[in-house]
Amino acid sequence: MSMKELGVVGRNVGQRDLESHARGQTTYYEDVHYPRMLHLKMHRSAEPHANIVRVDTSAAEASPGVVCVLTHEDLPGKKVWNGLAAVGVGPEDEPILAFDKVRWRGEPIVAVIGESAEAARAGAAKVEVEYDPLPGVFDVEEAMSGEAPALTAHWPNNHYIYPDDHAAAQIRFGDVEQGFAEADHIVEDKYQTSPIEQAPMETNGCIAKPGGDGRITVHTNTQAVHFARDNTAAILGLAPGKLRFLGGTVGGGFGGKVDVAVEPISVLAAMRTGRPVKFKYTREEEMQVSSTRSAWRLFIKDGVMNDGRIVARKITSYQDSGAYLRFSSYGSMKHAGHMPGPYTIPNVWVDARVVFTNRPPSSAMRGFGVMAASFAIELQMDKVAKTIGMDPWQLRLLNAYRNGDMRAHRKVNEDAAMVETIQAAARLAGHDLPADYQAMTSWDRKAS
Amino acid sequence: MAKVRGTGFAAVNYPTGMHLGGDPTQSLIHMTPAGDFVVTMASVDLGQGLRTVLAQIAAETLGVPYESIVVETADTDTGPHCTGTFASRTTHRAGNAVVMAAQEARKAMLEVAGELLEASPEDLETDGDGNIHIKGVAERSVSVGEVAGAAHFGYGKTIAGRGAYLKPPSPMDPETGECDPDSTQAHACTIVEVEVDTETGMVEVLDMKSVYEVGQQVNPDLVKGQIVGGSWMGIGHALYETTAPGYPAIDPAPVDFQNYLQPGASEMPEVTCEVLEYPAESGPYGGKGVGEMVTNGPIPAIVNAINNALDVRITQIPVTPEVILRALDEKRAQAGG
Amino acid sequence: MEDKLIRLTVNGRDEAVIIQPLATLQDVLRDTLELTAVKSGCGQGGCGSCSVLVDGELRLSCLTLAERAEGAEVTTLEGLNATNAIVPLQQAFVENYAAQCGYCTAGMVMAAKALLDRNPAPSRDEIVEGLSGNLCRCTGFAPIVRAVQQAAQALSDTGEEAS
Ligand code: FES
Ligand code: FES
Repeated sequence: MSMKELGVVGRNVGQRDLESHARGQTTYYEDVHYPRMLHLKMHRSAEPHANIVRVDTSAAEASPGVVCVLTHEDLPGKKVWNGLAAVGVGPEDEPILAFDKVRWRGEPIVAVIGESAEAARAGAAKVEVEYDPLPGVFDVEEAMSGEAPALTAHWPNNHYIYPDDHAAAQIRFGDVEQGFAEADHIVEDKYQTSPIEQAPMETNGCIAKPGGDGRITVHTNTQAVHFARDNTAAILGLAPGKLRFLGGTVGGGFGGKVDVAVEPISVLAAMRTGRPVKFKYTREEEMQVSSTRSAWRLFIKDGVMNDGRIVARKITSYQDSGAYLRFSSYGSMKHAGHMPGPYTIPNVWVDARVVFTNRPPSSAMRGFGVMAASFAIELQMDKVAKTIGMDPWQLRLLNAYRNGDMRAHRKVNEDAAMVETIQAAARLAGHDLPADYQAMTSWDRKAS
Repeated sequence: MAKVRGTGFAAVNYPTGMHLGGDPTQSLIHMTPAGDFVVTMASVDLGQGLRTVLAQIAAETLGVPYESIVVETADTDTGPHCTGTFASRTTHRAGNAVVMAAQEARKAMLEVAGELLEASPEDLETDGDGNIHIKGVAERSVSVGEVAGAAHFGYGKTIAGRGAYLKPPSPMDPETGECDPDSTQAHACTIVEVEVDTETGMVEVLDMKSVYEVGQQVNPDLVKGQIVGGSWMGIGHALYETTAPGYPAIDPAPVDFQNYLQPGASEMPEVTCEVLEYPAESGPYGGKGVGEMVTNGPIPAIVNAINNALDVRITQIPVTPEVILRALDEKRAQAGG
Repeated sequence: MEDKLIRLTVNGRDEAVIIQPLATLQDVLRDTLELTAVKSGCGQGGCGSCSVLVDGELRLSCLTLAERAEGAEVTTLEGLNATNAIVPLQQAFVENYAAQCGYCTAGMVMAAKALLDRNPAPSRDEIVEGLSGNLCRCTGFAPIVRAVQQAAQALSDTGEEAS
C-alpha cells in the first residue's frame, strides 16, 4: 500500500466508548435482565488425579431451589472435545463433564441449575463424588521421564505428538553442533515462568436465553463469537443456526476468554429448562479453574564468538499444558517460530514441547508462547554479554536481524526495525554507542 | 547496604496475526439513506478501542467524516466471520477487511456521484468532510448525503462493500519448521531502573522508558494506552503474579485478589514512551499489532535490572522477595565458599 | 429467616424492595433495581468494581448487607448524571483515557468522588491511597490517577463540586 497523505488515520480522535464507560452506560453481557432467569453452578473435582467411582446427584436434586442437574449422561453430542478440532488439530481429549476420571483439581463434573445463584451453589455442594485417587504428576520434566503415570491414552509419554510423530515443534536451521564446535564461548542457562491468570476484571460468563423461534441467544463475553458459537453447536450436536452469539464490550480479555468454557453447558441447561440460564465464573473459579497463561521452562545454549557474534542457539522448551490440550500445540508452534528472537543466528535448533500434567489446563494469554520466549532470550542476551565482556546494547545491535536476512523458519525478513528501535532506546537511556553502532541500519547489514 | 539500584533493558519483536496464517476476518459496510455508514463486524472489542480504530480506517478509505461511521461488533447473526480478538491481529486483519469493504463501497458511492455530477467516477475525489467533487473543480460537488438520497430513492442502488482479509495458511514443516508464520513484526526496547531492598527482598521499579515501533499508528493515544497498561502488567508478571506460588506444586492456590498479587497504583512508575513508525507493507495504512507485545519488554528488562543491581543471576518469574533473598544467600555462600 | 421489605433512597429516588436474607446491597442495586453500572468483579471485597456511596461514604456493595442500607441514601454512578450532563470527574476520565474495557470505571469514579468530596485538593499520594481498594487490569492506573488530578484541578479552578 502506498503511503499517501493520511486524513483521520494517525489522528487522536479519542476512544468511542469512553463516555459510556464513565457514565456506566456500557452494556456487558450480564447487564441484560430476564425474568425467571436460572443460575448454573458447577460441582468440580476435589482431586487432581483420580478414577471416579461413583457420582450421586440425589441430594443435589432434592436441594431447595434446584431445577435441573446435568451430568455427562445428559450431553446430547460430544463427550470430549478440543476447540481446534474443526481445523484439524486434535485429538479431542477434554471431557465436557468428567465421567470416568478426573485429571485436575477443579475439573467440571456435574452442573447444577437453580432458581438463584445461591440455590445452585448449595445444590452443587451436595453432589457426592467418590474418588479412587491416582498418583499425580505436576512437573513437566517428571511428566516426560517415562516413570510418570500417563494422563490419557492419547499421550503415552505425556507430551503432545506433532505431525510425523515428532515430540516437539521443531526448528532445524543450519547445524548447531558445528556452530558450537566453532564458537569461542558456550553460554547456557535455564529459565522458568509461572502460570499467570489473565485476571480480567470481568470473569468468564454467559447468559443463554431461549427464544420463541426455537433459537437460543447467548449473551457472552467471549473474545471470539463465531468460534464460540460454532464450537458450542458442535459440542451439543446442534445446527449452528439455532444459536446466536451476542457480545458487547468485554470487561477485559487478555486471552482468558477463548475457551468456550461456559456456553455449551449453559445452552444445554436453557434447552432443558426452557428458561434463561446464567453461568458466571466466581473470582475463585477465574483464578483456579479458568485456564492460565502456560508456565514454560526453557533451556538455552548459545555458541558465541569473541567479537560478539552468536553463531549457534539451541533451545529446548517445555510448555506446561496442564491436563488437556486446549490451544497448547498452537502455542508451542508460535513459540518455536519466534526463535531465536529478533536476532540473526546462522545455526538454530529448537524443540518446543507441550507437556501434560495434573494441573489446571493452561492456554493463551497476551503474547501466547512469545512472552516466555522473549523473557528467556533477553535474560540470555545479558548473560552472553557478561560472559564475553561486551556492552549488552552492542551485543544486541550486532546480532539484531536485518531486512533480507533468512530467519530460522526460512522466511526472508521484512518490516524489520529492531536496530532503529534499540538505537532510539539507547538515546533515551543516555547510553552512548560508538559511531559504527550508531550507523547500523535494518536495511543494510554492511552499514557499520 | 540495604537498598541498591540497577538498570536493565530488553529488546523484543512481536509477530502480528495468528501464527501460521489462515485466520480470516470479514467486514460488511453499507450506507444509510442519510449518508452515514455502518461497518458490521463480528470482531469483539475488549476495551482496546477496536471500534474507534475501525471507524478511523473506514473513514479514511471511504473519504468521509469519521463521525459518520458506526461500527457494529460481536453479533453472529449480522457480523461476518472474524476469528477473534487475539494474537495482536485485529487492527491488521479486521483493519484490512474494512479497507477492502470500504473500497468497494466507495466505488459504488462514486458511481452514483458520477451520475449526479455527469462525470466519470475516476474523475471524482472526496474531501473527507462529506463532499464529493470533480478533481480540481471544487464547485462541481455533491454531498455524501445527496448521493445517499439519490442512491436510495432515485436510482434504487445499494452503496455497500464487502471485505475479506485472509493470510493464507502456512503449515509448519514438521522437520525443519519452515513456515510463513506472520504478517509483519513490531518491535520494542524497554529500559528499567529498579531499587532492591537487600534486607526485605522488595523491588521497586523506579523508572520505565520504552521505544516502540508499531508501523503506522492508527490512533497514537490508544497505542500509548496499550503501552502504559502493558508496562504495568509487565511489572505484575515480573514481580508478583502467579496462580501457583509453589509451582509446580498446586498448593497454595490463590483464589482472590488478596492472595493473587498485582501491583497497585503506588507501584507504577512514570512510564515514558517514544513510538517509531515504519509502515508495514501488509498492514492497513501500514499498521502493525501492538496489543500483546507490551508486557514482553518490561518483564525481562526488570529481571535484568534486578540481576544488575544485585550481581546475581535470577532466571525465573515472578521475582518475589523470597527469590531475591535466596539468590543473595547463594551469592554469599559462593563468596564465602 | 424470611424475605423482608426494606426502604432506601437510591440516586434520589425512594425505593421499596423485597430482599432475601443475606442479600447484599449489590444484589439489590444490580439485579432488583437494574443499576448495572454497579459491577461485580469478585464478590469478595477485593476489586472495588461494586463501589457505591452509602450516606456519602464509600462502600463495597458486595460486602454490604442490603438490610444495613435500610433508610440509607445510596448513590451509584448512574446517580451522578441526574441532569444527564456529564460531570467534570467523568469528563476527566474521558479526556485522560482512564478506561479501556471500562469494567472498573464505575467503581473508580465512585472512589474518586468519595475522595474529592472529602478532600477536594488531594496530593498524588492521597489519590493513590484513595483508589487503593480499586483494581484495574487494563490501564496501568497512571491515566486514572491523572484523571483524578485533573478533576481536582478543575474543582479548584471553578469552585464547583466534582459531581
Ligand atoms: S465486587 Fe465488590 S469488591 Fe469486587
Ligand atoms: S479499564 Fe479494564 S479494568 Fe480498568
